[in-house]
Amino acid sequence: MANIQDIIGKICPSATFEQGQTLLVNVPAQDWRKLAVALKQNSDLDFDVLSALIGMDWKETLGVIYYFTSTSRNWEMLSVKVEVADREKPMIHTVSDLWKVANFQEREVYDFYGIEFIEHPDMRRFFLRNDWVGYPLRKDYDADPAVNPIRMEDEENEDDTYSLKVQPDGSVRKVKGKVFDADDYVVNIGPQHPSTHGVMRFRAALDGETVKKVDVVSGYIHRGIEKLTEGMTYPQTLHFTDRMDYMSAHMNRHCLCMCIEKAMGIEVPARAQVIRTMMDELMRISSHLLAFGCTSMDMGATTCFFYGFREREKVLDIFEKTCGARMSMNYNVIGGVIADLHEDFVKDVKELCAIMPSRLKEYHKVFSGNIIAKNRMVGVGMLSKEDAINYDITGPSGRGSGWSCDTRKKHPYASYSQVQFDEVLEEGCDSYARYMVRMREIEESVKILEQLVDAIPEGPIRAQVPKIVKLPEGRWYTQVEASRGAFGVYIESKGEKNPYRMHFQSPCFNLVGVMDLTCKGNMIADLIVIGAALDFVIPDIDR
Amino acid sequence: MAVKSPKIRSMKYEDFKDNQYIDSLVEELNATGANVVVGKLDQLINWGRANSLWPLCFGTSCCAIEFMCLGAARYDMARYGAEVARNSPRQADYIMVQGTIVHRMAPVLRRLYEQLAEPRYVIACGGCAVSGGPFKNSYCVLPGVDKILPVDVYIPGCPPRPEAMFYGLMQLQRKIKVQKFFGGANRKEKIQDFFAKNAREVGKY
Repeated sequence: MANIQDIIGKICPSATFEQGQTLLVNVPAQDWRKLAVALKQNSDLDFDVLSALIGMDWKETLGVIYYFTSTSRNWEMLSVKVEVADREKPMIHTVSDLWKVANFQEREVYDFYGIEFIEHPDMRRFFLRNDWVGYPLRKDYDADPAVNPIRMEDEENEDDTYSLKVQPDGSVRKVKGKVFDADDYVVNIGPQHPSTHGVMRFRAALDGETVKKVDVVSGYIHRGIEKLTEGMTYPQTLHFTDRMDYMSAHMNRHCLCMCIEKAMGIEVPARAQVIRTMMDELMRISSHLLAFGCTSMDMGATTCFFYGFREREKVLDIFEKTCGARMSMNYNVIGGVIADLHEDFVKDVKELCAIMPSRLKEYHKVFSGNIIAKNRMVGVGMLSKEDAINYDITGPSGRGSGWSCDTRKKHPYASYSQVQFDEVLEEGCDSYARYMVRMREIEESVKILEQLVDAIPEGPIRAQVPKIVKLPEGRWYTQVEASRGAFGVYIESKGEKNPYRMHFQSPCFNLVGVMDLTCKGNMIADLIVIGAALDFVIPDIDR
Repeated sequence: MAVKSPKIRSMKYEDFKDNQYIDSLVEELNATGANVVVGKLDQLINWGRANSLWPLCFGTSCCAIEFMCLGAARYDMARYGAEVARNSPRQADYIMVQGTIVHRMAPVLRRLYEQLAEPRYVIACGGCAVSGGPFKNSYCVLPGVDKILPVDVYIPGCPPRPEAMFYGLMQLQRKIKVQKFFGGANRKEKIQDFFAKNAREVGKY
């Protein structure tokens, strides 16, 4: 750590340091660009992944907190805080040219806080309507419905954009631009479209049948979860996580609980840890089965949808017996889990583990080896390993590009350090590789379940937690491996009952960021296949 | 000719928990009376309509996944003749709103509704569609789709179980069976009036 401090101190003498869960570097906004370039390019620092970008409002100042990960140095994390005092026209230099993932994330921060990013290529709102007044996540936001009533008139297409360019004399000038060229042929897909996996909207510029550019229009299910959490106590915030990426409900909730437990210093009992791990893996199986069903259905193989859902119902039965619900289980709580396992749990899990290998064989026979499926997926939607890292594409999609990025291996949590499993990697970099990673991950999940099902330790299912949950002052960031990649929770606390800021870093947000890159040069019909193979869940993007 | 209490094949009339509403509808229809020929025709048409309800695929969040389970083998919506989920509103009979409706989506939903062919129905499925659910207090969530659309059936739950969705579907079937396709107006309030009234109120949310 001292080493990093020295290097950063040399590059940027104005930086100050704060020790915490991760080292926090305070940088004045004018020196930020210099440090950002060094973080990416200096071989001693080499922070090649931007894990999270979080907009902040500290009342007097606005700012951004960045979380960086270095893959070459054992997934070490570093956080950087950049503050600006100007609330009227806050400006921070962009990092979207260094870490491409920042492109959409900076637009999110602009949408929520009104912070403009200098040299960002495309400064538009991301989630909210383009005629929205104010910046909702600012602490002084006027929530009066008279300011932003429900507008029933249709929204104008947002074709104009702008970026802030630095002039040779150091001043910043607004340069107007267009999203599409004047003679582009633009096709609108969504928001009500059966194959965009929810209410995502794409605007695709076409050249004949070939996609030239994809513009992502998000926010058709933006529910303002992050703002809502600020007015709630910590136990009340838990239920939102189940409803973001509902296909990784257990993992998301696990992550938030883990973050709060870490902050409070609660030791979770061994039984709860094992239960959590098993539930996570069951959820992963259910999610990948749904992904299998939907991916194949998008290509016309309706039979596979029925096959996938047949096994998925078995997983849901297990959930229902123990958690009392098929979806939105609300099972993890701070300190453990809410209820003990159902008496049939062990038997049911064993049954599931026993049938899965033969069922997977069936899937491969029906679909994976099918010539049509291969023609549609092999070589379609190429995403190189470098791009996967630069766009922070974790989860099965990143591993389909050969990037070893499994949080369960890199930062083991719960019982993952005690079980033997392989991190599934495919080198294909295409849609087929992503699909195959999912199928093989089901096998690994079954392996984990088989190891744990006979070794569930006895003991309490919940640790003693104070009635009123208060976090000490500070900031925490936790990651888990959700079904679609690394899911992160950031909490900043001022020592009160409710969080000062809670941010959810969702994997799907990054996935949708590569739609433009992966679709470019492919046919318009492949856009659906690429989207299906990336397998994003829209409420996870929009939150 | 008197309108009888609606019978559907899947469930007995007495087994439904809330019959007052249907009873009052039947009473209302019987008060005006109807021609025997028209009444018979109505019954025939309504029998057909109630047993081939084609939904519009409109899922914004979690409830949509449960809706997919409805279509899969275990729950099998085809038993109700409702498995033909359409992707175009012009081919659908009703819209089942599954999930939260936010500010950006509201005009889109209204437009989809307007594109449905008459007679059209709306089912609000899940807590979010019924009242805004856990997101009610948010800055950009619509507190229930009944603020912008006339809702026929509400299905509470987060998300509702498939069985609950079927219960809602059967309620819609019953409702359709007591409507007058010919002769009487199905909806007393004209949709334009509903929208005009809403336009004044919708700004308050």
